[in-house]
Amino acid sequence: MNSKRRTFLKTAGGASSIAIAAAAGLIKPTEVLAVEWNKAAFEAKGVPDALKAVGAAGAADSKDILIKAPDIAENGAVVPIEVTSKIAGTSAIMLMVEKNPSPLTANFDLAHGAEGYVSTRIKMGQTSNVRAVVKAGGRSYTAIKEVKVTIGGCGG
Amino acid sequence: MAEPMKIRATMEGDAANIKVLMNHVMETGQRKDAKTGQVVPAHFIQTVIAQMNGKPVLEAQWSQAVSKNPFLGFKVKGAKAGDKVNVSWVDNHGDKNSADAVVA
Repeated sequence: MNSKRRTFLKTAGGASSIAIAAAAGLIKPTEVLAVEWNKAAFEAKGVPDALKAVGAAGAADSKDILIKAPDIAENGAVVPIEVTSKIAGTSAIMLMVEKNPSPLTANFDLAHGAEGYVSTRIKMGQTSNVRAVVKAGGRSYTAIKEVKVTIGGCGG
Repeated sequence: MAEPMKIRATMEGDAANIKVLMNHVMETGQRKDAKTGQVVPAHFIQTVIAQMNGKPVLEAQWSQAVSKNPFLGFKVKGAKAGDKVNVSWVDNHGDKNSADAVVA
């Protein structure tokens, strides 16, 4: 059975398989690096579950994490967030919006000289704490900042 | 196919400051179409990889709560002018896009 399938693939392959490989990025070796999307963590419904799913349960509060975000966001669809971690050896920064349906918004893994800094824009359904979680040296740290939202960003 | 991305990399002190703008709808899967009343299916960027001179410096996983046309800013220490930066993303439909820049 398996050998038949192989033959089929060979005969059906030909020129088209090269095009498919190119489209899938297989020919460029740099694009083979794929990040696994942590489905369980992104679908977690509450902050404790989300923290557990990213392996950061029991993260310690830290004053070395700075969250730069507006105190009041006029438009919840676009809330600029900047996180700076002064913790040495920061290897990952995560963003959670506590009152969004799924809190975990983004996870940034840093390596090869990337500084403990990320900047992005996120959606917030309502006024909520924005939580940053930092992983450094096998330990987790966290900090929060409240952002008041006057118009929600989740449509409706 | 996906629209082009904007990317800029500049030196700030001893670190390169890289800013990327991606074109994407970032649909949450919770919004209803105003005309049909149907829920618009989720369509969002799930993973982003940034590389400097071929080495991964940042690997991001995103949820649908990242804003439409996402912005990403990050800094890489020890970079120098002329270093090559590549940023690529893949969404939940398997669409992908990438952009290159040289640190200035």
